[in-house]
Amino acid sequence: MSAPTTTRPPVAGEPAAPGPWSRVLRWSPSGRYLPVIATGVLFLTMFGAGGLRYEGFVDPQNFLSLFLDNAFLIVLAVGMTFVILTGGIDLSVGSVVALSTMIAATTLEAGWSVPAAMVAVLVVATSLGLLMGVLVQHLQIQPFIATLAGLFLARGICFMISAESVPISNPEFLELSFTPIALPGGYFIRWSVVIALVVVSVAVWVLARTRFGRTVYAVGSNEGSAVLMGLAVARTKVAVYAISGFCAGVGGILFTLYTPSGNSLHAVGMELDAIAAVVIGGTLLTGGRGLVIGSVLGVLVLGTIKSFIVFENLNSWWTRIVVGVLVLVFVVIQRLLTRRRT
Amino acid sequence: MSAPTTEPVPAATPPPVAPPPVPPQRARLLASPLVWPLLALAVLLAVNVAGNPDFLDVRLQDGHLFGSVIDIIRNSAPVMLVAIGMTLVIATRGIDLSVGAVAAIAASVACVHMAGSPQEGAAATAVLGIAMALAVAVLLGLWNGFLVSVIGIQPIIATLVLLVSGRGLAMLISDGQITTVTNATFEGLASGFVLTLPIAFVLALAVYALAALVTRRTALGMLIEAVGINPEASRLAGVRARTLTWIAYVFCGVCAGLAGLVIAANTNSVNANSLGQWIELDAILAVVIGGTSLAGGRFSLTGTVIGALFIATLSRTITSIGIPAEANYLFKALVVIAVCLLQSPRARAVLRVRRPSPARKAAR
Repeated sequence: MSAPTTTRPPVAGEPAAPGPWSRVLRWSPSGRYLPVIATGVLFLTMFGAGGLRYEGFVDPQNFLSLFLDNAFLIVLAVGMTFVILTGGIDLSVGSVVALSTMIAATTLEAGWSVPAAMVAVLVVATSLGLLMGVLVQHLQIQPFIATLAGLFLARGICFMISAESVPISNPEFLELSFTPIALPGGYFIRWSVVIALVVVSVAVWVLARTRFGRTVYAVGSNEGSAVLMGLAVARTKVAVYAISGFCAGVGGILFTLYTPSGNSLHAVGMELDAIAAVVIGGTLLTGGRGLVIGSVLGVLVLGTIKSFIVFENLNSWWTRIVVGVLVLVFVVIQRLLTRRRT
Repeated sequence: MSAPTTEPVPAATPPPVAPPPVPPQRARLLASPLVWPLLALAVLLAVNVAGNPDFLDVRLQDGHLFGSVIDIIRNSAPVMLVAIGMTLVIATRGIDLSVGAVAAIAASVACVHMAGSPQEGAAATAVLGIAMALAVAVLLGLWNGFLVSVIGIQPIIATLVLLVSGRGLAMLISDGQITTVTNATFEGLASGFVLTLPIAFVLALAVYALAALVTRRTALGMLIEAVGINPEASRLAGVRARTLTWIAYVFCGVCAGLAGLVIAANTNSVNANSLGQWIELDAILAVVIGGTSLAGGRFSLTGTVIGALFIATLSRTITSIGIPAEANYLFKALVVIAVCLLQSPRARAVLRVRRPSPARKAAR
């Protein structure tokens, strides 16, 4: 799945004349895909090392459970990728996930149907994202601060709805949550994985193949040039925050499917995981370069680290330390790569 | 203009809450930027007084001052400490997201040392523990400063590394346990009084006074502002931008470490998972309320102190009015947005189209 999609964007970027020179020329821009390839290699190495070390680590079901346990994070990382590609950042996603679980749980308990509850979640999450986008673009508040306000706002609304955990007992929702989808070979996934993969595919397509997607890259590379080129910069920048909000809403729904309850304290600090996944996935934090697939690989690396920690019987705090070190390594590599380029 | 507007503010606030008196600099510092935070603080206090006429009462008991206002200034100390350090970092056009994690690490180091020492209650143990904690805080500040000024990583990202892994390190140091200590000297850091005022607040004021003295009585403050306004130009002008940035992060680390110690002393324990959580956000909020621009450059330490007092008063007000404490976040969000809108050039332009535009056009 990942191999063809990783190679597609460079090809799309340069239809290029055939011949021996095109290969030579292609080498230098491929540096921008190096981080993604590095992440892929890192993931495969870690997974392989786990396989050598532990019985049952490379079991396909263990691979699938990386998706099962991290479906919400994949979706969050996809939304975060859009924002970071424009050079922004969205700190509010963790709180929006918590708010989504609260809205889903309370509306379902109030007797709403499952689709109605989901629509409510998505509308609220997207509007919050839109609001932050407007603050960032039209009132020129730094992304960091505007989304910080969003973080407080969403968490505050959560606590206003209920300070206690709200369980979900809607049978339809629980069925959606727990029904396995059988795959050949006795393996299974759940609907959350399907939704996450659909989001990923749509995001890959949008970024690589649509005018909007190319504008996102243009804005991140050089906003001034993008404005002068007559691209819809303002609309695009507002839209990426709305997309991130939408993804946080979807992520919230997936999180609710994962732990069927609404709780104001869900997903504290999850924005850090999402940002870490994007960074590990090789997206440049200054914007303009990066791939959705990289972020997905970043999430898989995070997931693999977590299962390593579990298999090693180490304390859970090692996860944070290792993730921090990985982020550091990738940021320094990015820095060296950009320094070489300029 | 500014003199008459500032006059009623001290009248509304009693001496203990009024911003730290700095008479010689007063005329300069109380220029228009400080009027708004002071006014906001006065409004909050007025709301409290309206709800509870005894709110401002302060009584002297056993040589200590007691009262809601004293509680507020005591509770404001950790955020104030962190925010003072953050002000200098923000002035260099940076940001330090790792302060909460640094606070947790410093507190863990001190508490683990004290809990493991044979003489747990001795004053010397506390002093050594605090010294070790501050040394670690310096190291962490050096690390952040190294990533930002030498490697040249964006400040948000460079300090994100420590934000992500710092809590893990703190858990590692305290072995994931909530470490409790019984040490009177250490406890005094939070609950003790000196000169009738809480030690924690006096500590924060001392750090403020030191920072203000060093930055405003020497050229340091101006150089830091120069770095924040234009790092490249200041470097070309012979300012050692790299060293200054580095110093700012180290100072911020020390402030965060002190704040961690105060928080830990307040409960006589350290919970590495939750100590100082979101304090970076409160600190940044205090800095922004105080009128320091996040874009770097001009900074106001006095404004930051007022901002920290404002946040502490806000938390107190929300609980005393009878709104659940959790709503704090909601109010903070509204304050962030309101303050940012006031600072945003675009929003200001919309609010008063007439005044700035001719001047700006002339400048161009």
